[in-house]
Amino acid sequence: MSGTVPGADRVIAAGGRTAGTTRRGQAVKFAVLLALAVLFLLPMYVLLVTGFKPFAEATAGRAWLPPREWSLQGWAAAWEALAPGLWNSVRMAVPSAVLSALLGSMNGYVLARWRFPGADAVFTLFLFGMFIPYQAVMIPLQQTLVSANLMGGLFPLILAHTVYGIPICTLIFRNYYAAVPHTLIEAARVDGAGMLGTYARVVLPLSAPAFAVTLIWQATSAWNDFLFAVFLTGPDSWPVTVQLNNVAGSMVVPYNQQMAAAVLASLPTLAVYLVLGRYFMRGLMAGALKG
Amino acid sequence: MSAAGGAAPAAPSPAPRRRARRGAGRAASWLPGLLLVSPSIVLIAVFVYGMIGWNTALALSDKHAPIEEGSFAGLENLAALWQEARWPAAVANAAVFTVFFVGGALLLGWLLGLLLEKGIAGEPVLRTLFLAPMAVSFIATGVVWRWLMNPAPAERATGLNALFVHLNLDFLVNDWWTAPDLGMAAMALPAVWQLSGYIMALFLAGFRGVPEELREAARVDGCSEWQVYRHVVMPQLRPVTLTAVIILGHMSLKVFDLIIAVAGKQIAADVPAVYMWTMVFEVRDPAKGAAIATYLLLAVAVFVVPYLVWTVRKERSEGR
Repeated sequence: MSGTVPGADRVIAAGGRTAGTTRRGQAVKFAVLLALAVLFLLPMYVLLVTGFKPFAEATAGRAWLPPREWSLQGWAAAWEALAPGLWNSVRMAVPSAVLSALLGSMNGYVLARWRFPGADAVFTLFLFGMFIPYQAVMIPLQQTLVSANLMGGLFPLILAHTVYGIPICTLIFRNYYAAVPHTLIEAARVDGAGMLGTYARVVLPLSAPAFAVTLIWQATSAWNDFLFAVFLTGPDSWPVTVQLNNVAGSMVVPYNQQMAAAVLASLPTLAVYLVLGRYFMRGLMAGALKG
Repeated sequence: MSAAGGAAPAAPSPAPRRRARRGAGRAASWLPGLLLVSPSIVLIAVFVYGMIGWNTALALSDKHAPIEEGSFAGLENLAALWQEARWPAAVANAAVFTVFFVGGALLLGWLLGLLLEKGIAGEPVLRTLFLAPMAVSFIATGVVWRWLMNPAPAERATGLNALFVHLNLDFLVNDWWTAPDLGMAAMALPAVWQLSGYIMALFLAGFRGVPEELREAARVDGCSEWQVYRHVVMPQLRPVTLTAVIILGHMSLKVFDLIIAVAGKQIAADVPAVYMWTMVFEVRDPAKGAAIATYLLLAVAVFVVPYLVWTVRKERSEGR
């Protein structure tokens, strides 16, 4: 919503100015940051170290020590337990991300450039949809899907993630299109292009970065979701978060397998974050409304 | 940032000439746009507002079994929750969690932003590391932190308790989330770990958005670096802080995944969202589940609605 949002990642990436800091000040800061970095890394250390231990070694006594013998047992077992869920998550996260990005792009274009009376009210009502606790729609949603005989399979999840992803996608595209130079749009109009023509010929070709942001954001949110998943799917269509929780919630599953499973379930989104970090970041900033 | 294309009629348009030119055939100019948005308007109307309405009606009914018809019962369900032992305890847990989660993530995120804002060796690596937990699900976070916060006593200790024993810091060994009074403060730890990088990014953008001239002017006036922060930079960060509180607050009130992953359905860590889940799946009482969901919605709406209205109005008055 605010003009500073689309550029926030660039403001951050531009770096700081060192005016007013002493060399000693820098050293103290660096030491504190390093200590915090170690604390942040602790859970990641535990995940990897425990994941690579053989069953027999994943015990309390050696909890914090690196494995004596590096083993892939935990990973193999975790893969076996999670593979169906990983596949379900892919088949659910990708289509819902694409659908809400497309709808968001159309809405964003209209709300930024082809406004109708009451557009502000509509936009505000959309935005509220971003913040609602989904519990407040869950029981009716579940009942509707049951009575329409649509429960089972991944359709309920795709529907939910698509619909409830519309607000944030609309917001991201609206901000993005508001920054497209006015002359570009005017030129297309002068050439006689209508609303759809301008959208298809001028606006869409410029939209790749905004699509990258929304697709990453939506796919990550859908991948990491647990609430919709437990309410709307059954054993045949559980996504990876539900299966991970089942693996971890069971008292008989050894720690090495639990930790390996947590890593496996997180790898796809972590990889996207590491490779396409700046787009991920812009999604985060848009989620904040204002920078 | 120029004004949005054809500004809404009510908005102060920065380009009156263009408006006049397009005055004729106004409806023809906005109707196609409305049509393009209409699929989403219908979806949001049905799936957000329609279902909120339905849920509210359910909360006000006496449909205490899925197969019952149910009739209007007024505020009975909403009032009855406060008469039992479980609901007030769940609300108290959520409140403690919220205080420590929002406070903790805000403080840590602000500190990280402050330490990084002037640039430091290895900044991109540090930023990437602090923000990484945001890319992971609460379930995955919960799996690790349940291991870290294992409350088993010293000789059988795992996780952080074992580490404390190992380092001769036995006084730090504790019951974590199973502690009777402030257990939910421990429960907030993984959430702080996950979200403070996000808050760091917000504050970092805020810090770096403060014009250098402002700081320089204060320095020329004889302000120490500390005074520059206190009197120049921090006041500029108020909007960012408000945003951070809104984001953390609305996440905190509806916390669900993390609790399930760390504690399962144990009553010690019960919160409204977990309670609602058991109402739907175990007790199978739609009216009561809907009543809990209504409270969740109200708790979020009381601060999010004014925030949204304020944001959209402010943007309008700035002519965007």
